[in-house]
Amino acid sequence: MTIQTTDNLLAQPRGFAAAYPGRQNGRDEMIEPDGSLRPHWRMFVNLLDDLGPEEIPKRWEQARRLIRENGITHNVYGDPNGLDRPWNLDLVPLLVPAAEWREVSEALVQRATLLDALVADLYGPARCLTEGLLPPELIYSNPGFLRPCHGVGVPHGQWLHLYAADLVRSRDGRFRVLSDRTQAPSGAGYSLENRIVLSGVLPSVFRQCNVQRLAPFFITLRQTLVALAPANRENPRVVLLTPGPYNETYFEHAYLARYLGYTLVQGNDLTVRDARVYLKTLGGLQRVDVILRRVDDDYCDPLELYQHSFLGVPGLVEAVREGNVAVANALGTGVLQTPAFLGFLPAICRRLLGEELKLPSVQTWWCGEADARRYVLENLSKLVIKPAFATPGSDPDFGEEMSSAQLEQLAARITARPADFVAQEHVESRTAPVMLNDQMQARRFVVRAYLAADGGSYAVMPGGLTRVTASADSLVVSLQKGGGSKDTWVLADGPVGQSTLLTTASQPVELSRGGGDLPSRVADDLFWLGRYVQRGEADVRVARSLFGRLTDSVRAENPGMVPALVSALLGHARVRLDEGATATMIHEVFNPAGYAGLRPAIGHVQGLVRALRDRVSADAWRILQGIERDLTDFDANLQDDQSAGVVHLLNRLTIGFLAFDGVLAESMTRGQAWRFLDMGSRVERAIAVARLVRATLVEVVPDETALLDAVLEIADSSLTYRRRYLTQLEAPAVVDLLVADESNPRAVAFQIAAIEQHLADLPREASHPQRSPHRQIILELRTRLRLADLGAACHPSPAKVRTGLRDLMDEITDRLEEVAEFVSQIYFSHAQTPRPLAGPGEETLK
Amino acid sequence: MKYKVTHTTQYYYGEQVPLCHNVVHLKPRDTERQTCLSHAIGISPSPTTMRERLDFFGNPVEWFSVQEPHETLKIVAQSLVQVKGGFEPPTGLWWPAWDEVARMLGGRRDAALLDARQFTFDSTFVPIDAELAEYARPSFAPGRPMLDCVVELTNRIYSEFKFDSGVTTIGTPVLDVLHHRHGVCQDFAHLQIGCLRSLGLAARYVSGYLVTRPPPGRARLVGADTSHAWVSAYFPDYGWIDFDPTNGLIPAVGHITLGWARDYDDISPVRGVVVGGRHHRLGVSVDVEPLNTEDRRPSKIMPL
Repeated sequence: MTIQTTDNLLAQPRGFAAAYPGRQNGRDEMIEPDGSLRPHWRMFVNLLDDLGPEEIPKRWEQARRLIRENGITHNVYGDPNGLDRPWNLDLVPLLVPAAEWREVSEALVQRATLLDALVADLYGPARCLTEGLLPPELIYSNPGFLRPCHGVGVPHGQWLHLYAADLVRSRDGRFRVLSDRTQAPSGAGYSLENRIVLSGVLPSVFRQCNVQRLAPFFITLRQTLVALAPANRENPRVVLLTPGPYNETYFEHAYLARYLGYTLVQGNDLTVRDARVYLKTLGGLQRVDVILRRVDDDYCDPLELYQHSFLGVPGLVEAVREGNVAVANALGTGVLQTPAFLGFLPAICRRLLGEELKLPSVQTWWCGEADARRYVLENLSKLVIKPAFATPGSDPDFGEEMSSAQLEQLAARITARPADFVAQEHVESRTAPVMLNDQMQARRFVVRAYLAADGGSYAVMPGGLTRVTASADSLVVSLQKGGGSKDTWVLADGPVGQSTLLTTASQPVELSRGGGDLPSRVADDLFWLGRYVQRGEADVRVARSLFGRLTDSVRAENPGMVPALVSALLGHARVRLDEGATATMIHEVFNPAGYAGLRPAIGHVQGLVRALRDRVSADAWRILQGIERDLTDFDANLQDDQSAGVVHLLNRLTIGFLAFDGVLAESMTRGQAWRFLDMGSRVERAIAVARLVRATLVEVVPDETALLDAVLEIADSSLTYRRRYLTQLEAPAVVDLLVADESNPRAVAFQIAAIEQHLADLPREASHPQRSPHRQIILELRTRLRLADLGAACHPSPAKVRTGLRDLMDEITDRLEEVAEFVSQIYFSHAQTPRPLAGPGEETLK
Repeated sequence: MKYKVTHTTQYYYGEQVPLCHNVVHLKPRDTERQTCLSHAIGISPSPTTMRERLDFFGNPVEWFSVQEPHETLKIVAQSLVQVKGGFEPPTGLWWPAWDEVARMLGGRRDAALLDARQFTFDSTFVPIDAELAEYARPSFAPGRPMLDCVVELTNRIYSEFKFDSGVTTIGTPVLDVLHHRHGVCQDFAHLQIGCLRSLGLAARYVSGYLVTRPPPGRARLVGADTSHAWVSAYFPDYGWIDFDPTNGLIPAVGHITLGWARDYDDISPVRGVVVGGRHHRLGVSVDVEPLNTEDRRPSKIMPL
């Protein structure tokens, strides 16, 4: 490798940059208008060239694999397959030189300070309103202005703790603010993941480019949040409040919670008592001091804010008002995202800070003002039209893309309700290089920069989330619409030191082995995850044995066996299997819309794992992704004859479930979380065996040997059986092994012994001197199995029905469901949903 | 006139609920027309926390939580209110014209106008709408004194709409009320507020009560025994004047004000969230008892 040292040589784009289309447009990040490489790109581009065109696609593939395996996803709304879409990261970062970034940072700090002062004014003295700096419409008819937050005090008088600005870079190189993110800025976690992935696949490039580190920013954020705690200052409990697994950026919520060391909670995990906020845990209620929210402020309290929200915590506003909990960002800060504010900020800055605004916004006209409206209507085809008030999920209209009829309609809408619209200039933004396959392409981009409150001021993340348009002529930067993301490298002037969030010398980590603070909802989810994984595994095992026995000859020899297995799988045997038995069963078992078959259990596992993202290891996530991939691939090939394919698939799924189960169990410490998972799994495994025996052995089929063989295979007990009884297959011996044998890890009795131990070890159990009802049931069941005369139970009645066996299996199933019900009543019941009380309706109000 | 108002709200949940939080607007605010002499609120079971403060619009609001398991919640608010004599609407033409008022509100002049301005925009239950403006228009000829216009609009709603307590709910849109021409007091109040705001005027929603027992020889007014609602409109240099479209009159000594806001959503008497419970039932009763008899003049009935 030779590094060219002459500036002149380095400046000449060669390799990847030689064929780069951005060379010609005169407004590119990497290329000067004269066609040479900008100085701060030279090192990077040359290092990339040194890797060569063969290596780049490999690194790219490596990055994609890391993203998939780390489970970095985002959800796309309105698309049934839009959940857990893999994150799209470009191999080329956006490079910003240190000096340039310093200037932007300074301006961003001023802007954050200004917005913080503005929101304090709006919910306090409202000078901006009385002095005419903001039109009253923009407050009084602003859905983001939350009247219950008026006059509420916030710690240190600071409202805005995490702020992000979307920046575009115009042709002249100036950054301009496209929009402010003050509600609950997203993407900081994705920036971090981008950094981890990219520095992992381009390690030497990353090292040699002297890229500033992101970790110090998160250390600041964490210190800021701790300092907000109204009480318990030494060791406050901070939680991250998420809307839940269906939110667009749920991955990030789980990721940040884990990275920052906070409990990830949904509204339902919290409760307000005595105007204080508590986390509902297995060990009881635990005080919460600080809430980092990713729920929009108007959804945070159904009592005083949006009444029909299920995402919030009833009574939260009062708890904040009383100063018993701090919320970051403070409730009410969403109003600052109002696009119509942008044009008024320069004057407000002069009034509130006594300074000129350093970082201009993209020029914005609010149509509520007559002059602005006139200008907008005359120049509609050149402008970008947006709602005046922050409207989640709305798309801007680009005048230049509209037909004259569409423009007329838009003009009519603006004229009808002018105050509802703003127009923005369409900035001719710079392009940045992206790597597609082994080619460099030019794309428009937007940088989201992040600031965290730091004492009385703000700290800027040296980096950020850069998003690029989906195609060369696309105008909108949207991950929802297929755009990609980039890491943002702020280059240091010299070598960069290491820092990490995990160990900060000044704050030694307090040793902790607890687990009593497990949120009740999480315990509930884990319990059900355990159950559904077992159900999935049991169903896959039955299906595998069934599909292996669907051939005509097997069915002719053992006419009773296949219907018995079908009924074990589907709960009924009403399936005609005369012709095309395999195809029919494939439909029954894999039908995505079916109530029976494999899909429901797998679907539940996916949903629960999503909700438990912060508690499930990356390995477990990977295995689950594998199961999903296998199923999808199978669906894709469903047209072909699948008799061979389906057994192969079921083998893979069996291994997948076993691995998932194993990784889940092995990667969790033996705390309460594991206990609930394992208890769910034991309950379901016992029920699955009881159901299998009930479906296959109660009604005696002629020549039972083949069926007994299948049952042993399904219950994974063939080897043990053969070791004990050689080849003699008899129902009582099979039932003894599967039901009563406490040494067989697949047997019902084994599960019941385990459940008994779990119940004894649950929190709050010790405080009950007498045995609780669920423990009573388990004890009875255990005794019942020990005393059961299985020989008699397996003796068929004259009608060829083993009634004793049937009753025993039903008893096992019913009583275990009762135990599950008791557990959920005792430990999960305060996970109830709050509901609004109806106000007086028409019958009472005249 | 002195009244004792007893407002009882009772929820039956059908099963035990462990927790409920409530925000109630049940304490009459002091106004130019009335003084709240005393106020007490009784809650069963007893709340663990109870606080009083003023809301954004200056209305007294009480906040409480019940944190013990309970199947019913009973809230009894008792207030002693002194109401002054009625408002005599001036009949002269010296009031500003309505379109002049709309212009004044559109510009920014003084603190009072700015304060009134917040009642000119859409709110949760009241949209600004061309249809509402259209309905009001016949009473709002250009240059006509605003008081005449609003009185006529009040009387039109009173005479053109049928009071019918079975057909609308709190969720019924104002435009449905306009199309079907029936509803209850809050529907009519929302409708009239929508008409006024759609013309650029400032109008607010008033929550309150009517005297339960009519004076001898007079019919009971509609809306007694329950909460009532009416409208207030802003007249620059004068202030706010109330109008009751349900009864076609200008409220006076027989109307007791709880508070005002943009619409019902801001000031519903009882708003709560319970954890758990199935289907709850609700019972409300209101009793307004006159404590002295010296001044029994009814509210001023407006000339039709």
